[in-house]
Amino acid sequence: MLLVVLIVVAVAVALAVAAFLLWRRRRPRVTDVRRDAPTVPAAAAGGLASGLAPTRRALGERLAGLFGGRLDAAFWTGLEEALLAADVGVAAAVGIVERVRAAGPPDAAAARAALRRELAGVFAGRDRSLALRGEPAVIVVVGVNGSGKTTTIAKLAAQLQQRGLPALLAAADTFRAAATEQLGVWAGRLGLEMVAGQQGGDPAAVAFDALQRARARGKEVVVVDTAGRLHSKRNLMEELGKVVRVLGRDGGEVGEVLLVLDGTTGQNGIAQARAFTAAVGVTGIVLTKLDGTARGGIAVAVERELGIPVKLVGVGERVEDLLPFDPEAFVDALLGGS
Amino acid sequence: MRSRGGYSPSRAERGLIAAPGYPAPVVFESLTSRLGAVFERLRGRGRLSEADVEAALREVRLALLEADVNVGVTRSFLERVRARAVGAEVAGSLTPGQQVVKIVHDELVTTLGRETAPLAPARVLPQRILMVGLQGSGKTTTAAKLAWRLKSAGKHPLLVAADLQRPAAVDQLEALGARAGVPVHADRATTPPRLAKAAVKRAGELGCDVVIVDTAGRLQIDEVLMAELAAVRRAVEPDEVLLVVDAMTGQDAVNVARGFLERTDLTGLIFSKLDGDARGGAAISAREVTGRPIKFVGVGEGLDGLEVFHPERMASRLLGMGDVLTLIEKAEAAWDREQAEAAAEKMLRAAFTFEDFLDQLQQVRRMGSLGQLLGMLPGAASALGTAEPSDEALSRAEAIIRSMTPSERRAPKLIDGSRRRRIAAGSGTSPQQVNELLRQFGESQRMMKAFAEGRSPLPGLALPGRRAQKMTPKVTPRVASKAAPKVKKKR
Ligand SMILES: Nc1nc2c(ncn2[C@@H]2O[C@H](COP(=O)(O)OP(=O)(O)OP(=O)(O)O)[C@@H](O)[C@H]2O)c(=O)[nH]1
Ligand SMILES: Nc1nc2c(ncn2[C@@H]2O[C@H](COP(=O)(O)OP(=O)(O)O)[C@@H](O)[C@H]2O)c(=O)[nH]1
Ligand SMILES: [Mg+2]
Ligand SMILES: [Mg+2]
Repeated sequence: MLLVVLIVVAVAVALAVAAFLLWRRRRPRVTDVRRDAPTVPAAAAGGLASGLAPTRRALGERLAGLFGGRLDAAFWTGLEEALLAADVGVAAAVGIVERVRAAGPPDAAAARAALRRELAGVFAGRDRSLALRGEPAVIVVVGVNGSGKTTTIAKLAAQLQQRGLPALLAAADTFRAAATEQLGVWAGRLGLEMVAGQQGGDPAAVAFDALQRARARGKEVVVVDTAGRLHSKRNLMEELGKVVRVLGRDGGEVGEVLLVLDGTTGQNGIAQARAFTAAVGVTGIVLTKLDGTARGGIAVAVERELGIPVKLVGVGERVEDLLPFDPEAFVDALLGGS
Repeated sequence: MRSRGGYSPSRAERGLIAAPGYPAPVVFESLTSRLGAVFERLRGRGRLSEADVEAALREVRLALLEADVNVGVTRSFLERVRARAVGAEVAGSLTPGQQVVKIVHDELVTTLGRETAPLAPARVLPQRILMVGLQGSGKTTTAAKLAWRLKSAGKHPLLVAADLQRPAAVDQLEALGARAGVPVHADRATTPPRLAKAAVKRAGELGCDVVIVDTAGRLQIDEVLMAELAAVRRAVEPDEVLLVVDAMTGQDAVNVARGFLERTDLTGLIFSKLDGDARGGAAISAREVTGRPIKFVGVGEGLDGLEVFHPERMASRLLGMGDVLTLIEKAEAAWDREQAEAAAEKMLRAAFTFEDFLDQLQQVRRMGSLGQLLGMLPGAASALGTAEPSDEALSRAEAIIRSMTPSERRAPKLIDGSRRRRIAAGSGTSPQQVNELLRQFGESQRMMKAFAEGRSPLPGLALPGRRAQKMTPKVTPRVASKAAPKVKKKR
């Protein structure tokens, strides 16, 4: 084993130096997965706005100061920094401020309206409804470690249940200690059925078992929990690919692959969205932990660059703390309302 | 209730985002290459002027923001760099751009804390450690890793499952404790402060000298839960209160760190999930606003995925360059240019033999210890996982190769069973070890091929040079070679 490392290291060091000799630029690959669709009106906005209260206050205070003054260089820098402070990211913040500036607003109020328009424009025109396609409809939940997947599944299952769709839960996180027990507690609380496997077992097998069970029982929805994994780990992403592939077997259909993004995530969120999309075709994003002080601006960057719609937001640890994503409410909250 | 502020999106406005020519995403380039562009015209100046520094700091600012360093923290950080950089002399071997990178790097290291910080010793036995942080940041896993680490160091830790909030949190810690061979104190029918207090007492009975208390994740603005945490703290009287922060955290890291500092008197920070590709600017943010040392970093989900924090590595990672500067310096000092070029070319043709390997090995040796070099390559440590390379094992590989005949070194295929035994005997190793080396050599040839085809040979290993292309002529004027055009033609 040590020898393995050795060679790799020696070669890596040699390669690094070789790289200095070779200086080549690798072209960035831009995965454009934009799929614009007609807007579907979002609902339940009041709840989102209250869940987002801290966001509103923090950014609102900044912007209140800004919008009082004149449109000088400091104003534009301040605007950019306000967006950066919300995790919107350099590319998006600079791009958005540039466009607002180019529109030549006469005063601060106009600049503010233009900014709001610009941000709303990022979120415009995407279908944010959950696709319950397939018999049974399959929803796979993926994401990096600790982002809130399991809790989101509990929340989602509770809401489906309220609409008369008791889901079958698949505990396909066979890796993390007590992950099955965690989902099991939620299943018990909600009175839902769960399919589980062995600790350390094949997650794809658990997912497939659940699918078979759902068919046998005439269940309409299966929600699959997966182990958290860092998107940069190739083998783990391949494992995830297998889970999703298996669910598409024998006429199965995966209607939704939901990527759970922690709302406190910084710019790494873009890499996450890009990698999970490449591996398993993410169809929507769940932005969690917006009940904290983080503003979730990474959603702006992700939608703007990758076009993947944010569908749901998490605003707490209880099952009722999952809301449809309302772009207008989100933008308002980001800008601090009026 | 939500206020709309009179805005409702129209069709035309929705069209905005699909408009052609929308700015493409900025792709992170290493700071070195960015500054290379800034200083294109400034070769060979003696001192950094104010204008030079301003131009450079604009790039530094973007690099830090892209790495998730908080906006406010970035501002004060740049102030410090400005103060140090204006009028600074450009060292003989460096370009102005490199000089600025060096100053930035140094200041980052200073901010991150220069020294590695050990755990505070027990004031009274047992030693008490309290883990705190947001939901999902990695507290439970880190508690178990820490217990495992301390146990390996001859201590007798007790894990305490004081997260009574998250479903199956106790089960999670119990499972991890069992894996680590560390006892876990749990009681589902009490309150966290009482549990923690009882655990300290229990530690005495069990003969445990360290108590590690896992707590439920909570938002720093959650009054009720923060009050509970303060109560746990009073009950435990910890020697260490460690805030576990997810390395992927963005701007909010400052608020979180401040919140926990105020309510729980943090003594240290731990950054988890550094095995990913997040730059980890949150480390700068949290460190700056709390003034507390970063003690460990999490680099994997397993029990062995915890490392002592190294400020240098973190600074390099933040700048996305590995310790490129040092690497350049060392490479320039130690590398035989001709030989390296020849080797590089061979690598690309996958015609690299054990002979070349031996040459490279010696060069690597001249550049320093392996661990040191590895730390300078961005992503290398995490790509290699937890298996720390040892110089001793390197010597073994060398011994094996030295026991081969020149023709065997050039054509390893020749090596059959009897030759293998001979080589093993000659190098004081076993035939299995010889076999392993041969297998791995084949493997590394495959990687070189990947490299030649423009892929990174290791997942997660960024090759610094490929980003820093603009700097080439200035960074390594003596090494910038004829190899480059050759490769270009190939593509
Ligand atoms: N405040 C808050 N906490 C949340 C939210 N969503 C999840 N959490 C908490 O975050 C922590 C991690 O959530 P999990 O659902 O276990 O996350 P996961 O992605 O399944 O984690 P792994 O399976 O370990 O990768 C738990 O303590 C949850 O209660 C949210 O919207 N707000
Ligand atoms: N890749 C990686 N995952 C980690 C690391 N530390 C923790 N995790 C994972 O992050 C998730 C949340 O960790 P946990 O300890 O349960 O967090 P807690 O809610 O703060 O107690 C789990 O899936 C862990 O396996 C790390 O350093 N690297
Ligand atoms: Mg989970
Ligand atoms: Mg925990």
